Amino acid sequence: MRLFGVLLLLAGMGFGAAAQAQDLKWNEVVAKARGQTVNWNAWAGDEKTNAFIAWVGEEVGRRYGIKVNHVKLKDTAESVARVVAERAAGRNSDGTVDLIWINGPNFLAMKQQSLLFGPFTHVLPNFAYVDTARKRSNLIDFTIPVDGFESPWRMAQIVFVYDSKRVQQMPGSAVELLAWAKKNPGRLTHPSVRNFLGATFLKQALYELAPDPSVLQTPATDEKFAAVTTPLWAWYEQLLPALWRQGRQFPENGPAQRQLLNDAEIDLMISFNPAEAAVSIDAGLLPDSVRTLVFAKGTIGNTSFVAIPYNAASKEGAMVVADFLLEPATQARAQDFRQMGNFTVLDLSKVSPEARKRFDDLPKSPALPTNAELGTTLLEPHPSWMTRIAAEWEKRYTK
Amino acid sequence: MRAAPALTVAVFLLPIAAGLVGTLLPAFGYLPAIGGSAFNLDGWRRLASYPGFRSSVAVTLTTGVVTSVLAVFVAFGFCAIAHGLGWMRRIGGWLAPILAAPHSAIAIGLAFLIAPSGWIVRALSPWLTGWTVPPDVATVGDAAGFALVLGLLLKEVPYLVLMIVGAMSQVPVQQHLAIARSLGYASTESWVKTILPQIYPQIRLPIYAVIAFSLSVVDVALILGPSNPPTLAVLAVRWFADADIQFYFPAAAAATLLLLLVVAVIAAWFGVERIAIGLGRRWIARGRRRSGVTFGASVAAGAFGIVFALSLAALVGMALWSFAVQWRFPDALPQAWSLANWMRRLDGLAVPAWQTLLIGAMATAIALVLVVGCLENEARARRRPGAGALWMLYVPLLVPQVAFLFGAQVLLVRANFDGTLAAVVWAHLIFVLPYLFLSLADPWRAFDPRYARTAASLGASPARVLFAIKLPILLRPVLIACAVAFAVSVGQYLATLFAGNGRVATLTTDAVTLAGGADRRVIGAYSLLQALFPLLAYLFAAALPALLFARRRGLAATP
Repeated sequence: MRLFGVLLLLAGMGFGAAAQAQDLKWNEVVAKARGQTVNWNAWAGDEKTNAFIAWVGEEVGRRYGIKVNHVKLKDTAESVARVVAERAAGRNSDGTVDLIWINGPNFLAMKQQSLLFGPFTHVLPNFAYVDTARKRSNLIDFTIPVDGFESPWRMAQIVFVYDSKRVQQMPGSAVELLAWAKKNPGRLTHPSVRNFLGATFLKQALYELAPDPSVLQTPATDEKFAAVTTPLWAWYEQLLPALWRQGRQFPENGPAQRQLLNDAEIDLMISFNPAEAAVSIDAGLLPDSVRTLVFAKGTIGNTSFVAIPYNAASKEGAMVVADFLLEPATQARAQDFRQMGNFTVLDLSKVSPEARKRFDDLPKSPALPTNAELGTTLLEPHPSWMTRIAAEWEKRYTK
Repeated sequence: MRAAPALTVAVFLLPIAAGLVGTLLPAFGYLPAIGGSAFNLDGWRRLASYPGFRSSVAVTLTTGVVTSVLAVFVAFGFCAIAHGLGWMRRIGGWLAPILAAPHSAIAIGLAFLIAPSGWIVRALSPWLTGWTVPPDVATVGDAAGFALVLGLLLKEVPYLVLMIVGAMSQVPVQQHLAIARSLGYASTESWVKTILPQIYPQIRLPIYAVIAFSLSVVDVALILGPSNPPTLAVLAVRWFADADIQFYFPAAAAATLLLLLVVAVIAAWFGVERIAIGLGRRWIARGRRRSGVTFGASVAAGAFGIVFALSLAALVGMALWSFAVQWRFPDALPQAWSLANWMRRLDGLAVPAWQTLLIGAMATAIALVLVVGCLENEARARRRPGAGALWMLYVPLLVPQVAFLFGAQVLLVRANFDGTLAAVVWAHLIFVLPYLFLSLADPWRAFDPRYARTAASLGASPARVLFAIKLPILLRPVLIACAVAFAVSVGQYLATLFAGNGRVATLTTDAVTLAGGADRRVIGAYSLLQALFPLLAYLFAAALPALLFARRRGLAATP
């Protein structure tokens, strides 16, 4: 794996500096990082996450003398476009993007085009705590091997958030969801399938309805796709008229959908954050009566990472930030739903007892599911499934 | 002074050329940075084969044309009826909050107002309607685009009214009306038959800007317009931002098509104008003392009232949200209030607010100097500059911003100029200058040359004429044009993003990223903040002439 990584680097980049990632020593990295400014490009639509990133900036500033500048994005693809533009203009060093919060298709795009620095995660001391056994999504990002080109920082898993005042019978599977929607027309929707959350709604149903889900881990081909997704479209055709606005309109993304739930336009919504209900109640974005439910057979989960572009000006600073994000105290604070509410990427059996106690002492909420309730995490299918599902959905349902 | 037109064009030429190249070349398949090295029509093919292509073009055209026609009808009709009323003198002040608020803020406010779970329904539920949950009706984001047309009208009608009022100050309105009324025409008829034909040439450019905007608007279409399929502009933006970089080619094709549509509609409008001029002359000459004009104008005035009320309600709604803790359906008002939302905002405000102000002031000042220079040069040389040179100015208004700015960004990165405040000011200048030019050009050109001749015959140099005679008389149009320009700068999002490379934060960039979190309290607070600076500029523009010229009746009066 390491040799493959080195060959990939030398073949793909050939800019010299990157090849030294292999031999970096941590104390050298920390020393070089002092005084650097890290431009962390991260989606800024959520205040709690922004506040957390600001807190990270303060802590690394105090401890390592690094300044973190949160470059606020509306969409991670903006960052990718920026690095592409810099490469187009010939700026191969001193880039303006140092660290990107990234995963899935954006990561795939950057890795394929050799736009990333790395592998670097083996240099980070805190990487030893990461759960690579049970949380496979830390090593495989949408079936693409990470190979050390990005460092994990938060977990996501599909859950459904519902208003317990209005939903009496909780659906536990895609088939039950259809039955529920037919009994309560117009009270369910999902984000547009162009959005990753909307696409995951269909992927989740596909896991249940596909004759053999293991084929989803392999790249999709036209024949495979047609055969595997036939039951999905049959199910969806029945669901569509029962959706909000009779399926002619969809919220653009997760937060827009959450606003619909808050406005009482819908009663049930899909979310990637298991702590969404608890966090939203705390922030006043959803009423107190919302609760979380998980499908019986498990739901799709993935990891969010941070990656460093090949031309970043402050690579060492970025690595220090990535390492700080993996520190048990930081992960515990991230899991606190009053702060951000994201479940940890760490293996709690690998951390020290004091750190484990921090996790045990985290505040509870009736809207917060326990680890046991979250059940099995299903791995994300290959990205080609998502792009094809989105294209097929647009073809069928865009008039 | 003679250098001004050349300087203006030079400031423009580079980014515009880069921008157009950045749009047209990828539309035909050429973009080496992502592997497109041969000219082909793949981008166009992908665009045409997109499932919703025809509906997208149809909805773009219908909403664009309907909005423009309605905006012109309502603006002129309202002015026809209300021109003589006392408070019209201060119409700039009345319209200031609406003109100052960014398009997205008004759009989000309107969406909250008319949605099935929105304020109007909340105020009426459940006591009148019996609804405990909102009805499943599409009033926002409907496929036909009604909500989009309404949202665009809310901003465009006040803008046109402001332009009309500015133009009226250059025409001897009272004298014309006095003569027409003495001939037996009703007040509204007189205005439409005597004043409108005279000021229309001055409003033509703003109308073209309205047409271009209605066709290529992105943020309002995202909030109020249909999404499946969306308008062509939204489609282009979606594809430009797609993670799959190969979408650049159809995106550039869509942007080019949009540009062609804008040019086509403007050309069609020009054609209709010619016909209307011919027909209109015969209609006026026929001499009917009473036609349907008064009725039509009354309808338009009523529509204006509705538009005005909706805009205010939209802004008030967002203001209420900014003070709310929670506001559930079907409560007519928030259950709990707090200042916590505002207190949280204060932390992140100082830097963006200061940068917004600085960038806006600098862009407006530079633009003003260039525009006045060009116009003065034109007046002194007694000829209009070639149409070609000045058309260059309007390209930023016609080409969708996304397409344009990618090319400009590559240029800035090559010059190592990106990420600086100066680069952002330059990027804003590209959009501020056309608005300032077209708001100021016709009032400036309509300036009575006899004033300058009299001053010259008394021995004043051209520079003295400019500063001592022309600018004071034209102070109101100048200040209004500056206020418009400043508001345009404050509202810029993509320009700041591209030129600043994410390093320069303004109120609008922060507002847009926070709007992604769909928290109406945050959006409400930022909308008010975004509106604050332009609001002050508009109020300043409305109040300053009255103050300065309190003792000069000729200058302070409005027809």
